[in-house]
Amino acid sequence: MSETTILTAEGLEVSFTLRGRRLAALRGASLELCRGETLAVVGESGSGKSVFAKTFLGMLDKNGRIERGSIRFDGMDLAQFRSERDWLSVRGKRIAMVFQDPMTALNPLKTVGEQIRETAALHRGLDRKTSRTAALETLERVGIHDPELRYRQYPHEFSGGMRQRVVIAAAIACGPEILICDEPTTALDVTVQAQILDLIKSLQRDLGMSVLFITHDLGVVANIAQRVAVMYAGQVVEAGTVDEIFRDPRAPYTWALLASLPQLGIKGEELYAIKGTPPSLFKEIKGDAFAPRNPLALEVDFVAEPPEFDVSPTHWAKTWLLDPRAPRIEPPETLKRLRERLAADRRRGSAVAGGAKNAAQGGSR
Amino acid sequence: MNDDVILSVRGLSVDFRRGRRNFRAVDRVSFDIRRGETLSLVGESGSGKTTIGRAILRITALSEGEIFLAGERVDGRLDAARERAFRQRVQMIFQDPMASLNERAKIDYIVSEGLYNFGLFHSEAERKAKVETALRDVGLSPEVASRFPHEFSGGQRQRIGIARALVMNPELLVADEPISALDVSIRAQVINLMNKLKRERHLTYLFIAHDLSVVRFISDRIAVIYRGRLVELAEAEALFARPLHPYTRALLSAVPEPDPEIERSKRLVVYDPSAHDYARMPPAWREAEPGHFVLGSEEEVKRWQAEAQNR
Repeated sequence: MSETTILTAEGLEVSFTLRGRRLAALRGASLELCRGETLAVVGESGSGKSVFAKTFLGMLDKNGRIERGSIRFDGMDLAQFRSERDWLSVRGKRIAMVFQDPMTALNPLKTVGEQIRETAALHRGLDRKTSRTAALETLERVGIHDPELRYRQYPHEFSGGMRQRVVIAAAIACGPEILICDEPTTALDVTVQAQILDLIKSLQRDLGMSVLFITHDLGVVANIAQRVAVMYAGQVVEAGTVDEIFRDPRAPYTWALLASLPQLGIKGEELYAIKGTPPSLFKEIKGDAFAPRNPLALEVDFVAEPPEFDVSPTHWAKTWLLDPRAPRIEPPETLKRLRERLAADRRRGSAVAGGAKNAAQGGSR
Repeated sequence: MNDDVILSVRGLSVDFRRGRRNFRAVDRVSFDIRRGETLSLVGESGSGKTTIGRAILRITALSEGEIFLAGERVDGRLDAARERAFRQRVQMIFQDPMASLNERAKIDYIVSEGLYNFGLFHSEAERKAKVETALRDVGLSPEVASRFPHEFSGGQRQRIGIARALVMNPELLVADEPISALDVSIRAQVINLMNKLKRERHLTYLFIAHDLSVVRFISDRIAVIYRGRLVELAEAEALFARPLHPYTRALLSAVPEPDPEIERSKRLVVYDPSAHDYARMPPAWREAEPGHFVLGSEEEVKRWQAEAQNR
């Protein structure tokens, strides 16, 4: 799919220096983002998903650096960018970012409209009047009613969901090709989350953007993504289309992640739980990083790191189980239950409406 | 009063006043928690679910209503002895394990603090033994007692938070979002732990949460709260199978399910509070089906039931 990819990260290694100790945040992470798709990056905290996204914007903290690997975007290698000047033509303009917490992403002392206008003015070189019109249009586009009035208001006059709409407006104001969303709905209520997810989907469709969506919530992944990359301990361990990942996962970590969903639990029984905690990234990791927590681990997992094995042209996984010499190991029984359980719920209609209005795309608080 | 009811909340209202403005955070809420069950309060931020938890714990003052613990009134003024007894019988598990442990104290002291305050031991050996048991109960090795909180991960810290509550031998545990700050793989461990303790030690939980998939798994009964009012209360499975109140349905429809096919064909329900005609027909708390309560006018409840039937 090389002609359709817009951004390719390969073998990215990023480390941070913390009190003289070296932390390997990314240990050879790779992914491909295709034109016009939404790719979800899913992982636990500390898996490196946010660091990964930050490298695409040159926003690593000062104590962090890219040690190896490349990030190809439009003939450039972003991993080679050194100065702020290099980044100015890309960051915010061609690749924009929506952060998790809309409370801290906006300047409380500036009107909402002004914050959107200035990104349009800066990156698109518009004068005051045209950039103002552009900002008003963007506000309307993200589902904010009465943009003329809202333009003059301050962030504190907006609810959490509305504020996240403003952050999204500022990000799309200069027509980026790639929108990176780092847990944009984690701080929001579920009903508001549903509206924001709908908004991101409609913007992605209408503006033809590519979206890189970082989350830890597998429900959100199923809702928004066409493709999924699963991260563990600084690496992408499995990538594929959303159906491949949910229906035919291959990496033991993906199995474990799906199996520990409370939706799969049977009341009165133990919920499937992954033992232990993720490995310390201060230490050298030998073999498959998940092996110590994986009850199905093979001997080779403790010795050698598995390569990426192709499952289909769109699906690969980093696990020795896919090696032709490996024994046949089936995914845990509970996983098979996932589909049946959810289908049964749907038949009973707990997730489906009768009579009530369908979701309009946001709007009133 | 039924003697298997451990906590009974009657007509609870809480107002917050700022200057002359009055904000009613909790409005005439009533429910019972039975001994040995997990009752969950779910609602969005600002719905008043945390305020209810705080009112029960005597942190926030009531404006109206009464709260009974095992038949004994525990809101408002209590004499010192009763207050002490209450503080031992009802314990809390906090949301953020990174913020709720004293960073300068060793685990030994953190877990014993309640024991010291209440003098619940006769000798140093007894105290040590109690701490050790509590740590073992939550799946930690007793050696951790000599360490500091910063040496532990989020999941382990939440276990310490639970151990600290357990050591007091409480009857009721109020857990305010105890899972939401934890990662997926750690979450399952803590859920299992809470369920195991409930079974083995006959604990009762009031579980305050917004994550409905966790709530469904962990709860016996679920109460849904919207803008300070209880709108629906039912057995967990009944609530998911036959949600009646339109707000409950909106809330359930908004939860993203981990299945791409379901998500593609999903229709969101949006709750429109102005759809109720409460000026003409005021709502009341009605038992629509045995054990399944909903807030609405008689006509509404009939209509919702018919709709649930046809879904």
